[in-house]
Formats: sequence, C-alpha cells, structure tokens
Amino acid sequence: MAIGWYLTVSALIFCIGAGGVLTRRNPLVILLCLELMLNAANLALVAFARMWGSEAGQIFALIVMVVAACEVTVGLGLIVAISRRNLPIDVDELHELSG
Amino acid sequence: MTPTTWGWLVLLFPLLGSAVISLGWSRWPATTAGWIGTLAIALSFVCSIGALISLLGRDPAHRELVSTLWNYDASVGVDAKLQILVDPISVFMILVVSGVSTLIHLYSVSYMKGDRGFVRYFAYLNYFVLAMLVLVLAGNFVLLIVGWAGVGAASYMLISFWYRRTTATGAGIKAFVINVVGDAGLVLGTFFIFRHTGTVQFLQTFRDIHHVFHTDSTDLVAGCILFLVGAFAKSAQVPLHTWLPDAMEGPTPVSSLIHAATMVTAGVYLIVRLHPLFELAPTAAEIGAIVGCLTLLIAGSIGVVVVDIKRVIAYSTMSQIGYMIMGASAGAYTGALFHLMTHAFFKALLFMAAGSIIGAMAGDQSLDRMSGFRKAMPFTFLCFIVGGLALSGLPPFSGWLSKDDIIGYMFHRGGFYVVLGVGGELGALITGIYTFRMIFRAFFGDPCPEAVELEHGHLAHAEVPRNPMTGEVEDIDVGFPGPEHVIAEREWPMRIAMSLLALLAVVGGLIQIPGVDHVLSTFLSPAFSGSTLFNHEPTTGNAWLGLIITPIIGIVGVVTAYRLYIAQRGAPARLQERLAPLHTFLINKWYFDELIDFTIVRPALLIGRLAESVLERIVIGIGVTGGVTGEARALSAAVRRTQTGFLRYYAAAMILALSAVALYFLIVS
Repeated sequence: MAIGWYLTVSALIFCIGAGGVLTRRNPLVILLCLELMLNAANLALVAFARMWGSEAGQIFALIVMVVAACEVTVGLGLIVAISRRNLPIDVDELHELSG
Repeated sequence: MTPTTWGWLVLLFPLLGSAVISLGWSRWPATTAGWIGTLAIALSFVCSIGALISLLGRDPAHRELVSTLWNYDASVGVDAKLQILVDPISVFMILVVSGVSTLIHLYSVSYMKGDRGFVRYFAYLNYFVLAMLVLVLAGNFVLLIVGWAGVGAASYMLISFWYRRTTATGAGIKAFVINVVGDAGLVLGTFFIFRHTGTVQFLQTFRDIHHVFHTDSTDLVAGCILFLVGAFAKSAQVPLHTWLPDAMEGPTPVSSLIHAATMVTAGVYLIVRLHPLFELAPTAAEIGAIVGCLTLLIAGSIGVVVVDIKRVIAYSTMSQIGYMIMGASAGAYTGALFHLMTHAFFKALLFMAAGSIIGAMAGDQSLDRMSGFRKAMPFTFLCFIVGGLALSGLPPFSGWLSKDDIIGYMFHRGGFYVVLGVGGELGALITGIYTFRMIFRAFFGDPCPEAVELEHGHLAHAEVPRNPMTGEVEDIDVGFPGPEHVIAEREWPMRIAMSLLALLAVVGGLIQIPGVDHVLSTFLSPAFSGSTLFNHEPTTGNAWLGLIITPIIGIVGVVTAYRLYIAQRGAPARLQERLAPLHTFLINKWYFDELIDFTIVRPALLIGRLAESVLERIVIGIGVTGGVTGEARALSAAVRRTQTGFLRYYAAAMILALSAVALYFLIVS
C-alpha cells in the first residue's frame, strides 16, 4: 500500500484533533483531542519508518507515547485541582493570565 | 638612627594610635582610649626630639634629607612618591605640633571624660595630628595635598563632634566647604608649577624654578596666588575666614588644637615651605602680606565686641595668624615661625583656661554672664593672665619677642611694608584691648552666681543643658559635653597641661633675643640657604627699639581696657550707645558672612534651582529619560494586548503559525 493513504488518514485524524482543540471548551475533551493529534503524528512516524525500512521512526513513536502519558497525567491533575477548588470546568472562564 | 627614620616614626605612632583606638572602640574601659591617644602623640613628640638631635649631629650643609618609602606613580613625568622631607623647617613644625598636641590630649582626657563619644573623640584627635604631621613632613606636593585634605576632613569631624547639635553640624560643613576652596587652590597652584618644572618634589622644584621662571613670571605669580588661596582658607584669612569663629562649636580642646597646633598654622607653614617660589614672585608675596595685615586688623576689631569668650579667642587667633602670614609673605621667616611657636603655647593655654571657666559656668560661654572668677578659680586665673600677657606682647613673656620680630622686620624691609608694620602696631593696641577686656570681664568685678557657688566649694550645674549659641535644649545623648563639668582646679591632667604651657608661654621666647641669642634663626638657616630675604634682619639697636615701643602700645591697650571695664562702670555701655553704627558693624563681623552669602551662596543656589527646574525636570525628565520610557511603555502595551488569557486563542495562533511555516517550506521546496 502506498504511503499516501497512511498520511491521508494521519492528516485527517490530526485535523479532527486540532479542530476539537480549537472549538471545544471542556478541558477534558481538549486533552482527548490533543491525544488524537499526537497519535496522528505517531501514525505518520510509523508509516515513514516502514517506508524507509529503518527503526528510528518507531522509536520516535514510542517516545511520543511516553511524553503523551506524562502530559495526560499533568493535564488530568490540573483538571482535578480545578474541580476541587470549585472553579468552572471551562477553558474560556479560566483567563486570568491575560496581559 | 637617621633623621628620616625618626621622621617615619613620628608619623607611625599617631597612625597606630588612631587605628588601635578606633578598632577597639566599644571595648575601651573608662579613660583608656584617652591615655592610648596621649601616649601615641607623646611617643611622636619623643621621636621628633630624636629627629632634632640626629639632624643637629649633621653638618649644616647636609641638613635637608629626603626619604622615600615607595612610589605611587613614576610615569609620564609625575614622580608621586610616599616621601618625607626632614629639614629644619619640618623638624621645627613636628616639634611644635606633636609637643602642643600631647598636652592638649592630656587635657582632653579630663575635659572629655563625661562625654558619650569619648573613644570616637580620641580616634579623631589622633587622626587630626597624623594629618597635620603628614602635611608638614611631606616631601612633595602630592603628599602635601594629602595631608592638607586630611586636616580639612579631621577638622570637619571634630567641629561637628556633637552631631545632634544643628549649629555644630552647620559649622562643620562650613569649615569643610571653605577648606575645599583652599584645597582646590593648592591643587591648581601645584599644576601651574608642575607644568613648567615637570616635578612635584620640593627640593627639585626649588632647584629648577630659577631656570624655568624669571622674576614675576605670569604662571609663577598665578601659582603662588593659588597657593595663597589655599593658605588663606586653612589659616582663616580674609575673606575665607568665616569658618573659624563658627568652628568654636566643637569641644574646647578641639578649638585649642585647631588654633594652636594642627590647622591654622598650615597656611603659614605653606608660605615658609614654598619661600623660594614666593621670593621669585614678589607680587604674590605682597598680596599675602597685605591680606595678612588686613586680617589682623579686621579680626582684632571684631574681637573687641564679641561676647562669646571662645569666639573672642578665635578672633585673636585670626589676628595673630594674620601677623604670621604677613611676616612669612614679607620674608620674616624666622619671625613667622617663632610667633607660630609662641602663639601655639599661649593660645592653647588660653583655650584651656577658657574651657575651665566654661566648665565652671556649666557650659555658658557668654562674657555678659561671667564676672569675678578671680577668687573662685585662682589657678585658671593665673594661666589666663600669663596667656593674656603673652598674647598682648608684654615683656618678658614669649609673645613680646616673637611678635616684634615680625613687626621689626616689616619696618626694616622698607617701602610699603612700613605701612603694614604700622598696621601691626595698631594690631598690638587692639590685641591689648580685647585680651584684657576678656580678663577684666571674666575674672574681675562682683562674682557672678556661679563664681559664688564655686567659692563655697560647689560646681554649678545647669538644670537643663542648653546650646550656648541658640539657647535650644540640647540632645543629651551626644549633644553636649556630658553631665560632668570639669575645672582645672579639680583635675590634675588639666593642671599639668596648663602649667607646662604656662611655663612655655613665659620662657618660650628666650630662644631668640636680638643681640643675646639666635638659636632659632641659626637652626633654621640651612633650609633658607638660597633665600635672599632670610638674613635681612634689622640691626640689634633697631630691634630693641621695636621691643620697647611695641609693648608700650600693648600697655596702652591694656590701660584702655582697664579704664573701660574696671575704673569706670558703665563706660562700655555709654560708648556702645555713642558709637552704635560702628558697634553694629563690628558685632555683625563686618558683614562678611552676608557678603559671601550674597555674592556666592545665593547665586549658586539660584543656578542650582534653575538647573533643577529646567535641566533636570524638563530636558532630562521629559526629553531624555521621558522619551525612552514612553516608547518602551507604548510598545509593551501593544504586545500586552495579544496576551488575552484565552487558551484557545493561543492554540489557534500556534496552529496558524505552524501551518504558515509548513506552507512556506512546501512552496520553497
């Protein structure tokens, strides 16, 4: 199968993720969408690895997974902290860092 | 040991004393610091005697020795070294400075014992003597300037010693500022000479000036006039004298030190030290002599009306320094240094006696309130009489011989110097009047309440300590001499110091009597080998004529004072009424303070205010710094607007930017 199909799927999933990040206001959903974007990139990396017949891309994919796990941990921790302080679970409401 | 080794030791002891006292400032019990300070200066005096003996052991032609400890800088023609010059002039000066200072330290141990700043006082006092010794031992202009500035700084610290007293801090600042004017004169004068000779060393300069200058060269005269500015500021000559009476705000022993040993004599020393320059620049020397004569008359006339006992003595110092400056400028080097020495003895003595009376008056210094202390304080009375007679130049006291040495020289020099000599005689009359006005008012007449109390064996104490000048209640922490008032009758260190000075004030003149002996001029002559004026002494007959006429004039002054203050009660008040405009003029000190205020202080303040309102606020504030900060603020406001705080804006910006980058690379490839 040509590499183009893998990349098409990957781009599609990435766009879905990016659209989700931009349009949704619930931080939990945003985290999910971020996960989609990361895995889209993973798919592309693995596809490129197959194309070149080398293992470097697969190792990248593994590292991305580790980073994603860390990021989810931090992100979920933040969401738990927000809900514990009875703050709204809505990224548009949390804009105190405006300049 | 060589004379220069002794010279270095003379400097070492006050340095050590000052360092040791100040490093242990919180630990010295009772009066220990005072004794350490006294010992340091006494050792310095012993080393001065050592220097004298070893100098006398050398051939008269080789009595100018230079010793260098190290070079500060010896490049591009500047040979700045830590270098001392030991010659008869400097040995004479260190003997007078360290000797009189030792006695003043001894006196201070008692006088200051009730003061909270006792240790600080002695650290300053030792430093003051060190600075003066550096000044007189300096072998080049650079070290001279260092000592000169050190003396100014020390005088500032000691005049403002009671730093909670606003009048004292004001007086300290005034003294410092006027002295800095003198420092500037000295530095600029050095440049004028250095430009032509290319050296800052004294001996080298004195050898070179005959090759690079001719008589009255413009630059030489300019340099000498600038040196005179330095000398006038340090020695309180008109018009740079106004700091000296105000300096009376310091403790009385400090006044004694400034007036007798360490400070005001520096100007006289400078002129004598630089005598080869002044002899080659007669114009500048004439200016110095005229100003000295004016000062001795102006200061004497103010001394006749001032009622503060310390200020009367201060004006008398100005007047006597006027004699010395006049003599040194005219060429009477022996006379000037001789009078410097005898004046140091009797003026230190007068201040010490005045300190004792002020102690008995519980801090009050006004002559209007003192009277009849004769019976209550016999010892102080005796010392004051001895000092007063020496100051008035009556035989056989020391001032008689030394003062007339200068006046006689002026007449002998001829020309317009005769006018200055007449001025000196007039000064002798005024000296007699103001000196005995003090004595008659403080010691004779009906005893004042404090004197009566003292006769019954009880020392008066003020209920509330007040500033003697303004009458404000003093801050008792460091603002006044402490709760214990001291008088010489009850303190043995004060008695010893005053007795020795009284003895010296009587016999100190014997070293130089015309026709009998000439110890001083013989000793000094090696340092003046190139001088044309040094041996220009009047004949013995003329000198003795002067020695008879001048005291007669002095006695006329004393008798005048007697008739005014003892014989005719109420005469001074009547005289004051009849000559009211003159009295107002004199009591306002010839309006010199107002003159300086009007011509210098006010214009300077005006320029300062103008600079503040125009230059600082508009040009700098709005133009320079205001412009830059304004731009930075506008730029940051624009950038800040992009920071909305909405997470999704940031995400969109990142995605858009990354897409743009990706698109760019796609197009390029």
